Amino acid sequence: MSTNDNTHEDGASRRDFLHIGVTAIGVVGAAAAVWPFIHQMNPAADTLALASVEVDISALEEGQAMTVKWRGKPVFIRHRTPAEIASAQAVTMDELIDPQADGDRVQQEKWLVLIGVCTHLGCIPGGTKSGDERGEFGGWFCPCHGSHYDTAGRIRKGPAPKNLAVPEYAFLSETKLKIG
Amino acid sequence: MAQGHKFESNSAAVNWLEARLPIISLLYGALGPGYAAPRNLNYWWNFGSLAGLILVIQLITGIILAMHYVPHVDLAFDSVERIMRDVNYGWLMRYMHANGASFFFIAVYIHIFRGIYYGSYKAPREMLWMLGLVIYLLMMATAFMGYVLPWGQMSFWGATVITNLFSAIPVVGDYIVTLLWGGFSVDNPTLNRFFSLHYLLPFLITGVVILHIWALHLPGSNNPLGIEAKDNKDRIPFHPFYTIKDVFGIGVFLIVFALFLFYAPNSMGEPDNYIPANSMVTPDHIVPEWYYLPFYAILKSFTINILWIPAKLWGVVAMFASILILFALPWLDSSKVRSMQFRPLSKFFFVLLLVDVFVLGYTGSQKPEGILPLISALGTAWYFAHFIVITPLLSKFESTLPLPESISAAVLKKSA
Repeated sequence: MSTNDNTHEDGASRRDFLHIGVTAIGVVGAAAAVWPFIHQMNPAADTLALASVEVDISALEEGQAMTVKWRGKPVFIRHRTPAEIASAQAVTMDELIDPQADGDRVQQEKWLVLIGVCTHLGCIPGGTKSGDERGEFGGWFCPCHGSHYDTAGRIRKGPAPKNLAVPEYAFLSETKLKIG
Repeated sequence: MAQGHKFESNSAAVNWLEARLPIISLLYGALGPGYAAPRNLNYWWNFGSLAGLILVIQLITGIILAMHYVPHVDLAFDSVERIMRDVNYGWLMRYMHANGASFFFIAVYIHIFRGIYYGSYKAPREMLWMLGLVIYLLMMATAFMGYVLPWGQMSFWGATVITNLFSAIPVVGDYIVTLLWGGFSVDNPTLNRFFSLHYLLPFLITGVVILHIWALHLPGSNNPLGIEAKDNKDRIPFHPFYTIKDVFGIGVFLIVFALFLFYAPNSMGEPDNYIPANSMVTPDHIVPEWYYLPFYAILKSFTINILWIPAKLWGVVAMFASILILFALPWLDSSKVRSMQFRPLSKFFFVLLLVDVFVLGYTGSQKPEGILPLISALGTAWYFAHFIVITPLLSKFESTLPLPESISAAVLKKSA
């Protein structure tokens, strides 16, 4: 070892300390400088400033459903028949992939409100329009990769991992719904 | 080292330049008489230079299309239709670009399977192989983003499905998807950034292609026998022998390319992409472009949760792993014999792999109904077994045929 005055017994010098310190500060500074370049890709202020939508559901007869657009995504509103409600409530938790009781997914039994985006890879499942294929459980069927949803929008079969999401919504009156 | 003729010139101007920027001798050594290539390269060796030509076609037509295309959700589809109907020769530029992408993948797939069959990934060409895979990954990203730009139904829903793949990542997945979209769904910010990146990536590809050729010229080309060229009896200068052969191959390619351009320009495309994008209606059946189909089948082949990991994450991981595993191929296959000409069992399993990829391509193109998900699952299992189990076992236990003494000896024996 050199007999440099600045060298400690274990071989570390003041210069080593400076090298490590400067490198560490440089890395932190570079990381901080990178953040604006990444964050610019996140939703811009005008994209985030999205109003909620109000929907008139008076025209929906029992058994019918409709789609409204909210945040660029479809929202399904279904006026369920007593048979559909009964079949959704009859399911036991151990039959479900993503267990959730029907009562936890609706505010009023008759009205099912869901974000119409398959939790697999984001396709829109069929089953809202009459004549659509509704899958083996009478709810929705996603044609992309074959996920079956039941009459409470719960995933029952196929590759999707979760139930169709329930958006934030409120009944403004008997026939008026506010989503968001 | 594959050293051929040394560059020499009597021109004072050339020598002046050479002393300051030796670029002429560089090209002479890379693509001219200065590169001594094995004398026995067959036609499967044409597809590398062919892919290079198609890259140039894609760059030129792409830069032209960007002069007429408008990257906005309200205008993109119509601007593409304007290119097709009103821009002078716009239809030709667009059809060349769209079909060029398909032919780029055809050339590259043949090039990759050529490399697998003749063991071109083995030492000392591992870097060459891996750089090629990097080019392939960049190509896939570029083609995906390019397909989104016309903003048709398949553009929109393909983008939705593929970006949603990242939502399978635990914890941060949803944040990443929002970051990719720049919103709450695939929308105008997404289209804009895809356009920007679609313009950028081909230049990155060009850069990696230069590295790929650099890595090729240190050991020189592999050859159908898979044995190293020893002396100049085994080699011939790249120019004129292989330049003329490559030009002949290019001529054949241009005939086939023209047939597609002028008689079947939409045969490799999806009719649904001529419907403007609609975020409220998913097409009855979303399929990616044909060159992704085997990977799409692997993605779809996981339908049940295994070991508490959701089926969706399995599918995504398997899809990416199916390409990444190729990076490990030089080490999974430890056999000293490169060419499958001398590996009869490997040759058999190579054909099975090829069949498997075509079967996956078919199941990937179909709706996941009936027996097809099962076939996809079996095909996926076979694909991974080929690389993880069969290849290492073959390289240990297969009895290979005797190798010829040298390339020249084998060639002369054949012609005698």
